[in-house]
Amino acid sequence: MTILTRRSLVTVGAGGLLLSGCDKLSYNPKMVSVLESAEGATERWQRLIGRNALAREFSEADMSPVFKANGSRSVDTDDYLAHSESDFVDWRLKVDGLVARPLSLSLAQLRAAPQRTQITRHDCVEGWSAIGKWTGPQLGHILKAAGVLPTARYAMFLCADNYGGEASKGGDQSAGLYYESIDMVDAFHPQTILAHTMNGETLSVPHGAPLRLRVERQLGYKHAKYVMGIRLVDSFKGFGAGKGGYWPDRGYEWFAGI
Amino acid sequence: MTTAIPMSETMAPPQRPLFYRHALLTRLTHWTNVLAVAVLLMSGLQIFNAHPGLYWGQYGADADVGKRWLEIGAIPGPDGAMAGKTRIGPLMFDTTGVLGVSNNGDGVSTAIGFPHWITLPSARDLATGRRWHFFFAWVLILNGLTYLVGGIVSGHLRKDIVPDLAELRPSNIAHDIVSHAKLQFPKGEDAKRYHILQKLAYSGVIVLLILMVLTGLTMSPSNDAAWHWLSEMFGGRQSARSIHFIAAWSIVAFVVVHVLMVLLAGPINQIRSMITGRFDLGDAA
Repeated sequence: MTILTRRSLVTVGAGGLLLSGCDKLSYNPKMVSVLESAEGATERWQRLIGRNALAREFSEADMSPVFKANGSRSVDTDDYLAHSESDFVDWRLKVDGLVARPLSLSLAQLRAAPQRTQITRHDCVEGWSAIGKWTGPQLGHILKAAGVLPTARYAMFLCADNYGGEASKGGDQSAGLYYESIDMVDAFHPQTILAHTMNGETLSVPHGAPLRLRVERQLGYKHAKYVMGIRLVDSFKGFGAGKGGYWPDRGYEWFAGI
Repeated sequence: MTTAIPMSETMAPPQRPLFYRHALLTRLTHWTNVLAVAVLLMSGLQIFNAHPGLYWGQYGADADVGKRWLEIGAIPGPDGAMAGKTRIGPLMFDTTGVLGVSNNGDGVSTAIGFPHWITLPSARDLATGRRWHFFFAWVLILNGLTYLVGGIVSGHLRKDIVPDLAELRPSNIAHDIVSHAKLQFPKGEDAKRYHILQKLAYSGVIVLLILMVLTGLTMSPSNDAAWHWLSEMFGGRQSARSIHFIAAWSIVAFVVVHVLMVLLAGPINQIRSMITGRFDLGDAA
């Protein structure tokens, strides 16, 4: 009995030490950079096996009855509310940065461009999935109209929502304006669209009205909602904490293909 | 003072020469695998906690109750305190203290799927859990490929691990089950090879680890775009997530039995053989 008790004490003690050791390692900057090195390997692997691969598309029968709205579900700035009340008729999408011809596009112009409709699966970083139907112009079409300069490496999406974190993603993260970025491979991918229509209806406010990015080969948080502007850049410097997106600034992968 | 370890193992070193049982490659990949599986399990449960529900099919989220076969949650009990509930199909269990509601590291009752002591990191932190998971997923894959390629080239898999047809005879399996039940472990010449239950267990866990990698890849949206056949094979992304979870706990079950058998068969001899390669065959009966 004594031995058993002593052993179980030792076990609990060792377990506790191991746990706190793992936690210390988890937040040690050197360890973090070692662990983060896997992101580059994953990105290179996924580009190798399917640089231009298309995400699977589904039929209407496969669609989720309810498509969960996650992240910001509304925006409370005066500017956004005014646009929302007038159905975004005076709203303009700005395309600028490293482009030959900066654009300012109305929703009517975005709807008049060639459209793509796709029924795809949305995979949230939390683990759930939903299948929905999205319609909008291809981002590549818009970018060609703007004339992307050869120095541009990323398309940066500047959003209207000021987000303050998500309990399931680790508690109360610091608030900040939402933004995201993708590289030119994804920017010119045929399934990368600026969706103004979801499941056959005008995109609703909880899902990111008036415009939401669809970048189908990456996790949900890359699909920026409430997109107000697209800026072509050669680095992430000057945006948020410099990691290329709201969630990447808070520890998540910039390349969210996994 | 009593001790579980036989005197012969601690006091008197065996006089007979030790049998070289495990090749260096086997030993290195075994311990690398131990580390990778431990980290992947704990960080995987951290990831699971971000959405503690499992579904069958391609999609599945909060509203898809009909497709959800497992959920771990917290609901207010009659006394107002949160109660942990786990539902598997139609069966509902009160799992307060372990699943759904458990004490965090500071002793505060918290609504969370798996408890802090089994997740990596221990506090809720999906981003860091994912960092650990996807680094050690690479370790698992590269280590596993090294073992499999080495095992095929050397003949280790064919000779030692994969059961041959004759061994799969019911009478042979029954005989090995009886020996295990009686805790009669092979000695002498007979201990130089694995018997059928061990072969089935080791080839089974290799299959489970391959299944973990394939279902893991299925959940990756970029990998799914390149390799549609994977999610077709598993019946959809959420099915793959369910199989990933079931296979993970099957590996835990393997480890429990594996460690138990090591303890019963003579832990010092067994563990030494997986470190130095040298195994004491014991006196043939």
